[in-house]
Amino acid sequence: MKAINLIKIAWKALLRNKTRAFLTMLGIIIGVASVIAMLAIGEGSKSSIKTQISSMGSNMIFVQPGSDNRGGVRQDRSSSQTLTLEDLDILREKSTLLSDISPQVNGNGQAIYAANNWPTSIYGVSPEYLVIRKLEIADGVMFTEKDVQRAAKVAVIGQTIVENVFPDTDPIGKTIRLDKMPLRVVGVLEEKGENSFGQDQDDLILSPYTTVQKRILAITHLQSITASALSEEVSEDAVEEMTQILRDSHELSANEEDDFNVRSQQELLSTMSSTSDMLTVLLVAIASISLLVGGIGIMNIMYVSVTERTREIGLRMAVGGRGLDILVQFLIESILISFTGGVIGVALGLGSTFFVSDYMKWPTLVTPESIILSFAVCVVTGVFFGWYPARKAAKLDPIVALRFE
Amino acid sequence: MNYPIIKIQDLKREFRMGNETVRALKGISFEVQQGEFVTIMGTSGSGKSTLLNVLGCLDQPTDGTFEIDQVSVKERSKNDLAAIRNQKIGFIFQSYNLLPRTTALENVELPLMYNGEVSQKERRARAVKALEMVGLSDRLHHTPSQLSGGQQQRVAIARALVNEPVVILADEATGNLDTRTSYEVMSLFQDLNDQGKTIIFVTHEPDIAAFSKRTITLKDGHIVGDNPVPKIANARKMLAMLPVEAD
Ligand SMILES: Nc1ncnc2c1ncn2[C@@H]1O[C@H](COP(=O)(O)OP(=O)(O)O)[C@@H](O)[C@H]1O
Ligand SMILES: [Mg+2]
Repeated sequence: MKAINLIKIAWKALLRNKTRAFLTMLGIIIGVASVIAMLAIGEGSKSSIKTQISSMGSNMIFVQPGSDNRGGVRQDRSSSQTLTLEDLDILREKSTLLSDISPQVNGNGQAIYAANNWPTSIYGVSPEYLVIRKLEIADGVMFTEKDVQRAAKVAVIGQTIVENVFPDTDPIGKTIRLDKMPLRVVGVLEEKGENSFGQDQDDLILSPYTTVQKRILAITHLQSITASALSEEVSEDAVEEMTQILRDSHELSANEEDDFNVRSQQELLSTMSSTSDMLTVLLVAIASISLLVGGIGIMNIMYVSVTERTREIGLRMAVGGRGLDILVQFLIESILISFTGGVIGVALGLGSTFFVSDYMKWPTLVTPESIILSFAVCVVTGVFFGWYPARKAAKLDPIVALRFE
Repeated sequence: MNYPIIKIQDLKREFRMGNETVRALKGISFEVQQGEFVTIMGTSGSGKSTLLNVLGCLDQPTDGTFEIDQVSVKERSKNDLAAIRNQKIGFIFQSYNLLPRTTALENVELPLMYNGEVSQKERRARAVKALEMVGLSDRLHHTPSQLSGGQQQRVAIARALVNEPVVILADEATGNLDTRTSYEVMSLFQDLNDQGKTIIFVTHEPDIAAFSKRTITLKDGHIVGDNPVPKIANARKMLAMLPVEAD
């Protein structure tokens, strides 16, 4: 018995009942299409989070103050003052894996120019901050190290400030006020848009950290330190190195907890993508259920078909079909159904993914793996759910089958 | 060159139904030579179909010996039996058993689909030839629903011929047909027999048996008569004598 003949036999048998074959396929089509679309949406949101997080800066490492329990009383982290300018200097001096480092002190206030005002945040940083956060100057210049030393009253402003406070004036050289503090605008930042959490990344004022520390917040400690590792590969080592430097500098003994917190961008990335991985798993689980239901649909129809075609099976056996031939024929029928359904399902899945990204503007990403996977699953479904009906057909007794009414 | 196509000796077939045993064939022996046209007669329930199923290798005897084309069919595997059915036997049923929504040509090709040695080209050629032999060369692409009962049975006969079997077995092949069509089919059988085909034909109608050369009569699983037909009727002549409005 040639395999090609069995495929022909199965194909002809399916063509005798096109409508039913198509309706049986429908379950598989919907299953495969939704698996592909769901995977594309899940992967899409994951990769968009990834690009957004990496656009936040290059191989960033964040140092934040931790709780200071040396007094025996745990302090609230925001009021904790364990990070100092000394720490910054030591890190600058001793670390070998960092390319740039900047302190950070943040304040809030009302930005005012002429009749316009806008509530915003001011970040006190060093000039390196620009490189660390991948920020570009659109107009004017960044403030300098000299400005930092002098605690100069200068500012570089984001596009949102330009839009709301300088709607029709060139801000360069103008003096903006943050509450009562006048600051001369020396530069304007390139637009950055929203980040993945929906925050406006253009709603900020950058000033020398000395200015913010002394003239606005009146503090001497730092709220955080932001740095760039030399490369992505060394960023975890850099975290360890910085931790060790800070522990030494804070004179912590081996059994004392860190009174600060060092985290890398990579860490943030993996936390975020694990959340979106879970989302993908959930979506795919739901889609897989419809694939399963489609498979059960195949089994159901194949069972009905075997019963309905009992005489046909008897005849095939009478003219020389072996049990194996009958088994393989019905198996091929269900594989053809699921295979054809899979092809249509992939097309429909790609189509709806296209629709979702084009009309609904959701980020999507179709990976070849997702197509191969859902396709393989669907052929396996055909074999798995076709097996029992096919075996039932193969085990029929030819005489009984021929007599079947 | 006469040699036995079918040779059975003390053939028994029993069916177990719960704790009861139905003995459908109670020890049957006969030979059928190449080129014979035999009718198996008997009332309903006498064991005709059971016997034919055994001869057709669809069923296996409980006891006794059975040779087809000088090959013993005993304790053969299911696959062996399928191969014997495919290559040595042409089976014709009362209810035609054609595949619905499938052309006459494809129906006739079916046995050859299960024979890996026959190429697609040869398969087609042989099916066309078989349909020509039964006078349906103008109905190759008709489906069963587009054919009359007699034509459907002729397609079934073509299907039984296509693998050039050593014996054609027919179980009440005219049972569903009216008198005129029955005679048409019988004249076809007579032609095939004239060409040397061995035919074993089951019927309970004596006037159909009269077209064959030999009659074996069964009763309750025993042979009660095995005689040559004294005056063989000619189906074509009988057909000509039928009044036109008979059907
Ligand atoms: N599969 C079976 N199981 C039980 N009894 C059967 C079976 N097939 C046939 N028989 C019995 O065997 C006897 C002969 O049946 P069958 O060969 O069909 O008769 P015929 O074809 O001459 O009318 C009947 O009594 C019938 O009931
Ligand atoms: Mg019968």
